[in-house]
Amino acid sequence: MNIVVCAKQIPDPSAPQSLDANHNLNRSGKLLLDEADTYGVEMALQLCEASGGEVIVVSMGDATDLTGLRTALAMGAARAIVVSDPILRGADALDTALVLSAVISSVAPDLVLTATESSDGYTGTVPAQIAELLGWPSVTFAKSLSIAGNQVNVSRQSEAGFDEVSVSLPAVVSVTAGVVEPRYASFKGIMAAKSKSVEVKTLSEIGVALVGGQAINSVTDAPSRQAGEKFVDDGSAADKIVAFLESVKAL
Amino acid sequence: MTISNMWVVLEAADDGFTPTSLELLSHARTIANTVSGVTWGAGAAFAAQAGEYGATTLYTVDVPTNSLPGAAVAAAIAGATLPDLILIPTSYDGRDIAGRLSARLKRPVLTNATNLNAEGHTEHPIFGGTQLVDAHFTTSGIGIVVVRAKSFTATPSGGAPAATTALSVPDLGRRGESSITNRHVEERTGPKLEEAAVVVAGGRGIGEATGFAIVEEIASLLNGAAGASRAIVDAGWVPYSLQVGQTGKTVKPAVYIACGISGATQHMVGMKGSKTIIAINKDPDAPIFQIADLGIVGDVKTVLPALAAVLRARS
Ligand SMILES: Cc1cc2nc3c(=O)[nH]c(=O)nc-3n(C[C@H](O)[C@H](O)[C@H](O)COP(=O)(O)OP(=O)(O)OC[C@H]3O[C@@H](n4cnc5c(N)ncnc54)[C@H](O)[C@@H]3O)c2cc1C
Ligand SMILES: Nc1ncnc2c1ncn2[C@@H]1O[C@H](COP(=O)(O)O)[C@@H](O)[C@H]1O
Repeated sequence: MNIVVCAKQIPDPSAPQSLDANHNLNRSGKLLLDEADTYGVEMALQLCEASGGEVIVVSMGDATDLTGLRTALAMGAARAIVVSDPILRGADALDTALVLSAVISSVAPDLVLTATESSDGYTGTVPAQIAELLGWPSVTFAKSLSIAGNQVNVSRQSEAGFDEVSVSLPAVVSVTAGVVEPRYASFKGIMAAKSKSVEVKTLSEIGVALVGGQAINSVTDAPSRQAGEKFVDDGSAADKIVAFLESVKAL
Repeated sequence: MTISNMWVVLEAADDGFTPTSLELLSHARTIANTVSGVTWGAGAAFAAQAGEYGATTLYTVDVPTNSLPGAAVAAAIAGATLPDLILIPTSYDGRDIAGRLSARLKRPVLTNATNLNAEGHTEHPIFGGTQLVDAHFTTSGIGIVVVRAKSFTATPSGGAPAATTALSVPDLGRRGESSITNRHVEERTGPKLEEAAVVVAGGRGIGEATGFAIVEEIASLLNGAAGASRAIVDAGWVPYSLQVGQTGKTVKPAVYIACGISGATQHMVGMKGSKTIIAINKDPDAPIFQIADLGIVGDVKTVLPALAAVLRARS
């Protein structure tokens, strides 16, 4: 069974984030594997370790730095394909899905895993868009996942708790954090990753026509909340909280 | 863009549409001349409520009981005479519908919106809500906008029950295939997290899974709901349904009490709309203090039991 994991390279989320003049997220410097995608990579590795087959990482975005994809390869993915093109800077969710689904079609895997939402874009629509474009079923928000024959069985988060859902393969499944515990790449894995293939493709090479159709007018500072009083607890914290609750009539 | 005809995806809960659905319907009324709802499953029974909040028509989609609705609802909408704009709640099924609809119609989708004006401009908080993006569609065709919970207030218009019309679902091929074999409902007592007037939330600072009991007790003593940061959801200490933040729930209670929560941007975006915020954290520089009306620099292991004792004595 071959599995495609859609994984995004993003700027270090713990560093301050900023927008460039075109209102695109600043992506200069190191590009890391989105932590949200480490769960999909791990899940795919475990499924392939059990049943054979390989894990192929598919990504769209700047390929000026490949640290993030190397991390996925070091964890154990077999190879990576990244579509990188200046025209794709600031691509929205639909254009991203058009690009990713075109690459996925050419790989023809049995299963596609994504995260439920990316850490920098967090539209959360890309997985369903990919599935629709491929003509496949999808199950989003998987908190656990197993394969039985030609079926994938998923525990899907719901408003009330979770639902057990099954669909047949091939399918798209988006996984939440907690679906599995991602491994750390071993030294051996890191060394092996250096010689694994990372294929960089341009938009014209995959032959996708972009749709576009949305734009940012402006970005402004949100009204900020003022900090109120701050006390170092001297044993009276509970009384202070109670007095505050009374003052806002919550007690 | 001119928005005269607007649709709202209405998701059903046990006894009516979800609060977010009604919020979107209420807002749609302030913008469009004609507002209609689209629903499926149990929602078909709520035409009276759809009308009460401003929909004149309730379009229903026949989704098999044990299937996920995304593909069928999207295909049914795509096959209808399209409105100028459709609003969709940010929820599990809402995102599936939005994604599939966008891909089917090859129309862009704007997500995480917290506002929409009559000119079709949307507002999206970024960087933990410190900045606001104003966006719009640049090409003609239906606008698809996915809106976060609590962006608007649900207010009834007192309208008559909506007229119900079925939308037909084309052949979905493999797209619609899914079977829900079992549904698990997590036990909950007290008010819902999204609706509670007081939310007491615990973060990694509570130390261990058992540390959450006192958070829950204080929540219940205040007739409120317990919430959590993602750190302790990921750690498996509490269920995901308690998560507040970007990937969890948006809450706007009268009082939010953050216990041992650092105040990461992704957490704050889900709670900074609270009327008042109390933070308890042992780190005086924790970012949460920047938005707290009352900040207590202290140890939750001593402050929370003391608070619970005072509240118990009063109840
Ligand atoms: C894409 C993405 C989406 C995310 N979505 C969400 C989301 O929806 N919701 C969310 O919450 N997070 C979300 N996060 C995670 C977020 O970035 C933070 O990691 C998380 O909020 C941290 O949780 P925390 O504050 O409980 O833990 P920490 O950041 O570890 O903070 C613990 C705090 O407890 C304090 N503390 C420790 N011991 C004590 C004590 N004894 N008494 C008092 N204080 C103490 C510490 O000083 C510290 O400030 C998301 C992250 C990403 C990348
Ligand atoms: N540019 C991209 N490259 C690879 N995968 C992506 C990309 N954008 C989105 N995805 C996948 O789709 C998920 C949801 O993304 P989003 O809809 O942007 O929140 C991500 O977590 C990834 O798994």
